[in-house]
Amino acid sequence: MQDLLRRYGPGLTGLICLLVAFWLVMLVIVPNVTLFEQSFRPYLPVVDIGGPKDTYSFRNYLKVLDGATETSLFGIAFSVPVHVKTFFQTIWYSMVVTVVCFALAYPLAYYMAKVVRPRTVPTLLLLLFVPLWVSEVLRAFAWWIILAFKGPLNVLLQGLGLIEDPIRWTNMGYTGVMVGLVYTYVLFMIFPIYNAVSSLDTNQIEAADDLGASWWRIHWRIVLPHAKPGIASGAVMVFMLSAGSLLVPSILGSTTSQWFTQTIDQWFKDALDWNTASAYAFLLLLLCTVFVSVAMKVFKVKLSDIAK
Amino acid sequence: MSAGIDLEGVCCDFGSFRAVDNANVSIRPGEFFSFLGPSGCGKTTILRMISGFIDPTQGAIKIGGKDMKGQRPNQRPTALIFQNLALFPLMPIWENISFGLEVRGVDKATRRKKAEDLLKLVDLPGAADKMVSQLSGGQKQRVAIARALAVEPAVMLLDEPLSALDLKLRQHMRAELRAIQKRTGVTFIYITHDQGEALAMSDRVGVMSQGRIQQVADPRDIYNNPVNGFVASFVGENNIFEGTAGAASEGLARFDTAHGAFRARLAPDAAGKPVKLYVRPEHTVLTATAASENSVPVTVSEVSFEGAFISVHSVSDHGQTITAEIRNDGSATVPQVGSKLHASFEAARAALLPDANVRG
Amino acid sequence: MHKLRLNLLHLYMGLFLVYMLAPLVVMSGAAFNDSKLPSIVPWKGWTGKWFSEMIADERMMLAFANTLWVAVAVAGIAVLIGTAAAILINSVSGKVRTALYGMMISTILIPGVVIGISTMILWTKMGNALGTEFFLFNPGLHLSVLGQVSYIAAMVMLLVLARLQSFDAGLEEAALDLGASHGQVMRRILLPHLYPAIGAGAAVAFFQSIENFNVTQFTRGGADTLTVYVFSKVRSGITPTINALAFLLIIVTLVLAVAYELNRRRKAHEEAAREAEARRAEALEEAL
Repeated sequence: MQDLLRRYGPGLTGLICLLVAFWLVMLVIVPNVTLFEQSFRPYLPVVDIGGPKDTYSFRNYLKVLDGATETSLFGIAFSVPVHVKTFFQTIWYSMVVTVVCFALAYPLAYYMAKVVRPRTVPTLLLLLFVPLWVSEVLRAFAWWIILAFKGPLNVLLQGLGLIEDPIRWTNMGYTGVMVGLVYTYVLFMIFPIYNAVSSLDTNQIEAADDLGASWWRIHWRIVLPHAKPGIASGAVMVFMLSAGSLLVPSILGSTTSQWFTQTIDQWFKDALDWNTASAYAFLLLLLCTVFVSVAMKVFKVKLSDIAK
Repeated sequence: MSAGIDLEGVCCDFGSFRAVDNANVSIRPGEFFSFLGPSGCGKTTILRMISGFIDPTQGAIKIGGKDMKGQRPNQRPTALIFQNLALFPLMPIWENISFGLEVRGVDKATRRKKAEDLLKLVDLPGAADKMVSQLSGGQKQRVAIARALAVEPAVMLLDEPLSALDLKLRQHMRAELRAIQKRTGVTFIYITHDQGEALAMSDRVGVMSQGRIQQVADPRDIYNNPVNGFVASFVGENNIFEGTAGAASEGLARFDTAHGAFRARLAPDAAGKPVKLYVRPEHTVLTATAASENSVPVTVSEVSFEGAFISVHSVSDHGQTITAEIRNDGSATVPQVGSKLHASFEAARAALLPDANVRG
Repeated sequence: MHKLRLNLLHLYMGLFLVYMLAPLVVMSGAAFNDSKLPSIVPWKGWTGKWFSEMIADERMMLAFANTLWVAVAVAGIAVLIGTAAAILINSVSGKVRTALYGMMISTILIPGVVIGISTMILWTKMGNALGTEFFLFNPGLHLSVLGQVSYIAAMVMLLVLARLQSFDAGLEEAALDLGASHGQVMRRILLPHLYPAIGAGAAVAFFQSIENFNVTQFTRGGADTLTVYVFSKVRSGITPTINALAFLLIIVTLVLAVAYELNRRRKAHEEAAREAEARRAEALEEAL
């Protein structure tokens, strides 16, 4: 702070502090505290707000337990509340998306960082960046076209003789959602891993090769450990974006796929019950916080590494 | 145009660490003054206090007789040349040089003219429109000097600006800096850890150690009459003997060592303090027979040829290494390794000095 | 590396690029197909009518205009806040830095749904509490701007901070020493160094804002942005006017990307030439 004053004088220093304070207090802390506070209040008509009925309770949170549905896991059938099921399905499928993205991205990131001629890399990055700059809704829309019942994918597969009849891709549970999420977020896995692998000294790979290590051992013992912060960063980004996505599940979802964000959206927009929506949103926030903390523990990385 | 600088009882603390302790020195207008000392001795802190980036904890700094307390760097009549030069990489050379004028609201044509004049002064004509990254180390150096001169400072402060250059270029730039200083008449305050640089360029040198100014004198005096062991050792080589001093008469005192009794000059304010005997290698002679006084029998252990002189290392019976330098006049006889000789020195050339002046 | 594995990797890279770019081609292609449903199969012949219908679609044009002003506002505010935050972070250390930095970064990880709902609730509740009808406290795109800024500012902050770390603070001291005022130090020394990052930050903020759905969806009130409009169209049955729009956006993106790359190459080339000259001067000095 002394340093700031000395360099920029009291006027500019004051302005800098004011801007940061506005951001962190008015746009981050107070809204989230309000959300938390509202999530414990009941949804009431305007006249009753502040009245005797306006008391704190866990009632909004307990709504996740309403309405049981039959489900089965590993062949065992049991009944579970609808929203609880949605919650865990969102977590599960977000994890699947994360793993698939990693599997797709790792060879590619390694290829760009260590195999291809360095002069080609900017061009490759540029080509990969194009879909990233095209907005998320259009990327999801593109897959909506491709996966359509009479769409290009079915036509292509039929033309190749791989399938007889067209497939209803968007009516196969979470398939459409998975495809859309992977396509939309795989780039967020590639770039951090690429950055991490780039910083690995190529001599280390050659030294291991020279010592007789097989290619998979080189990756397992040298490249992967070095890329760990990048992987953690990519995994956290992809998981958070997937779990928090509302667009892709809404556009590519089937009648049997429900995403937790869609449930929140329904409370907010359809039921107009902002308080319950707040409680659900807070659950989502909690989930994300837990996931990031666990990921940081497992990968032994710091928040500052993830942000790279 | 140039101004004198007075440091009056200046102290600077960083937390519990005292970087500069009770500095008192009066630098004359138009003088080339160097602060010389090892890294961490406080010389850079003094420079930053004069330029205004650090405030002294105690004491006063006066420039041209005026107390600088509360004056920020941009209000002081000083210009600092940074160790890494700190040229602005995004501005062409002429904008770099005239930046100080630009912030004073001088119009563009005048600035351009001034920049070109200064480039001539520092022997870099035609570089006005280049970028910093196009220049060599020596050329950047000249631009940094020109940029500092552009604001017509009363005092120039230089923080080891030559340290990044290689040896030959450094020697060339020394002469150049000295010439620019004489031409402009500006007071130069120069910070360095290189004794050769300080002795060659300066009118006066202040030797520093552990935050204290040990001695302020002209270069000749610093070398020939160091006031303490630190100054003697930091500026040049010495053969050092430990022992106890007796009473002095006519400036010379008896000094008892393991090698027997010596006689040497006792520093005026050293009476009663523990002292050591310091004698320069070039004042140490090797002879076949023992001298009448201050003589030690030695065995030659190593001879190294340094070009202008020959350095002969020998070991006394008590295991102390004694070095003698023989001027290479082309016909000097060089002793053989293993030969038994006598090392001696004149009493007037040897000094009994206390250790460095540090806080107790 | 083994030849086969190398070729497999090349092939994989190629396939991946096809995977990334083919959907965009399909989407663009559908913009020219004379079919009521947006698709490239069956191909019913070339047409440009979806482009003229797009221009005639007033709701879409309004959504487009909304998107632009929201994006410009978000970029402007996020650049201001993000740059200030980067400068602040760069000048503090220890626990304060860790806490501030952690809080700033975490905004990127907060789900958009949460940001949207919390922003909406805070400002409308505040309006109720103050008993005012002032527009700031009602749902609308201005709340979308605030919500988007809350996390986009962190992205700008990261970009600017990375650039700040290569900044030599000695340059500011040199400028101060030469007599520059604090404002002049900021304007002539620090900001020019940061401009590339600020520019990149503005671009990132602009595009992030355009593509934002979650925050906008909960805060927009009745107003549309392109993303929201396209979303509602996909759900309620669409015509290929969306594809025409997508095609134009892709072209704009491509042109911008290529221009950026060419500019980058030119700059790198210039810098290399300068360094070569410095090396020549260095060699000359050595011969001195």
